[in-house]
Amino acid sequence: MTSLARTRSVALSVAWRSLHNAFTNPSFLLPSMLFPLFFFVAFAGGLSAVQNVPDFDYAAGYTSFQFGFVCMQAAAFGGVFTGFAIAADFESGFARRLLLAAPNRGGIVIGYMLAAMVRAAFVLTVVFAAGLVSGMRVLGSLGDLAGLLALALGVSATATLWAAGIAMRLRSMQAGPAMQMPVFIVIFLAPVYVPLNLVAGWVHEVARFNPATAFLETARGFLAGEPTKIAVTAACLAAMFALVTTWARGGLRSAERAG
Amino acid sequence: MTAAVASPSLPAQVGLIAGRSVRRIVRQPAQLVFPIAFPLSLLAVNASGLDAATKLPGFPSASYLDFALAIPFMQGALFAALNGGQDLARDIESGFLDRLSLTPMSGAALLAGQLGGALFMGVVSAVIYLAVGLAFGVGIAAGAAGALVLLALAITISFAFACFGTFVALRAGTGEAVQGFFPLFFVLLFLSSAFFPRDLIEQDWFRTVATYNPVSYMVEGVRSLVIAGWDAPALLQAFGLSAVAIVGFLALSSRALRTRLQRT
Repeated sequence: MTSLARTRSVALSVAWRSLHNAFTNPSFLLPSMLFPLFFFVAFAGGLSAVQNVPDFDYAAGYTSFQFGFVCMQAAAFGGVFTGFAIAADFESGFARRLLLAAPNRGGIVIGYMLAAMVRAAFVLTVVFAAGLVSGMRVLGSLGDLAGLLALALGVSATATLWAAGIAMRLRSMQAGPAMQMPVFIVIFLAPVYVPLNLVAGWVHEVARFNPATAFLETARGFLAGEPTKIAVTAACLAAMFALVTTWARGGLRSAERAG
Repeated sequence: MTAAVASPSLPAQVGLIAGRSVRRIVRQPAQLVFPIAFPLSLLAVNASGLDAATKLPGFPSASYLDFALAIPFMQGALFAALNGGQDLARDIESGFLDRLSLTPMSGAALLAGQLGGALFMGVVSAVIYLAVGLAFGVGIAAGAAGALVLLALAITISFAFACFGTFVALRAGTGEAVQGFFPLFFVLLFLSSAFFPRDLIEQDWFRTVATYNPVSYMVEGVRSLVIAGWDAPALLQAFGLSAVAIVGFLALSSRALRTRLQRT
C-alpha cells in the first residue's frame, strides 16, 4: 500500500466515523445547524430595515445579504465544532487509540477536515432552503452558487485545521473557548450588518484589513450575481490554509509526543 | 452531659452560603471575566457595525452605542443565570446539597444564599458596563439619579434571571441541563427589541414575537433611562416584569428544593 493510499484510507475511515457520529447523534449536529439558522432568522428578520439606510447598496435584498454572512459563519463554526469533537475524542481516549492504529497520522486530520466540509455543505443546504422559503432572492447563477459553496468549503476546511491544531495541543474540551473565540472575533470584525462603506469607527479600520471582509463580500457578490474580489479572497484563503495546515501539523506532533 | 448547640440565625445561614457562593465566583476568574468581557466586546463591535442604522428616520438615538448599552446588561444577566445555575447543579451533583440537608440549615437560607453569588455578579457586571459606557461617551439622559435607577433595574433583572437559573438547576439537577437552557436565553434576547427599536422592525412576525417577549420590555426599561430620560411606563414595565419573574421563579425554586430535599 502506497503512502497516499494509506493516507486516503485513514482519512476516509475517520471522516466516515465522524459523519456517522454527527448524523446518528442529533446533539452533535443540531448546534452547528441551529446556530446559523437562528442568526439568520434573528438578523434577517430583526434588522432588515437597515437596508433602507442611505448608501446601502445590495441588489438582492437584506435576507440575501445576511445569508452571505450566515454562510461564512456556518462554515467556520462547523470547523470549530469539529475541533470540539477532536478534543472530546482525546478526552475519551479514542484519539490516542487512533494515533496508535493509523499507519499515516496526517490522514486523521484530513479525515476530520473532510467530515467538517460535508457537515458544512449539509448545514448550508438546510439554511439555504430556509432562506428560500422565507423569500430570499438569489440573483446569482448556478456557477455563482457553486463558487459560494467552494468558498464555504474552503473556510470550513481552514477553520477545522485551526481548531484541530488547538484540540491536539490541549487535548481537552476546556480548549473550546480558545478554538471558538478567535473565529468569532474575526467574523464579527467584518461587515456583518451593513456593507463596509457603512461600518463606522475603529471596526471599519479593522474590517478593511480583515480577510473575513473579503470572504463576506465575495459570498454576497455570488448571491447577487456580481462576483467580486474573487482573487483577493482566493489569495487570503490559500494563505490562511497554508498557515493553519502548518499549525495543525504542529498540533499533531504535539499529540504524538504526548503519547 | 452534652450541651445543645444553637443553630445559627437565618441571616447568618444566608451569609454563610452567600459568602461561599461569592468566593466560588471570585476564585474562578473565567466566571467573572468572560461574562463581563464578552458582552462588552459585542457592544464595541455592534456599536460600529450598526451605527448606520441611526440614520433611519425615527431611530430614537443619534448614537448606536447609546442605544445598545442596554444589551450588555441583559447578556450579563443571562451569564449570571447560567453560572449561578451551574454552580448549584454542581452542588447537587457532588452531593453537597445532600450533606447540607443533614444540617439544621433552612431551605430558605440555602436558596437566598445561593442567589447571593448571582446578585454579587449582577452588581459587579452592571457597575462595569455602566462605567465603560460612560467612559466611551454614553450620556445618561435621566442624569445621575437615572444612572442609579439603571443600576438598580439591571441588578433586579439579573436577579430575576438568576432565579430562573436556580429553578432550572434545582428541577433538573445537572449542569448539562442548565447549559441546555443557554440557547433559550439567547433566543429570548435576539428575538427581542434589543438590537432594533420595535416600531422600526419591518418583518411583522419578528415584531409580534418581540412584542410578546418580556425581554423586550426589560431592555426598553434600561434603554429608556439612557436615551429618553424618565419614562415611567417603560420603567414600570421593566421593574414589574422582573419582580413577577423573581416572585414566580423563587416560588418554583422553593418547591423544587423541597422536592429535592424530600428525595434525599
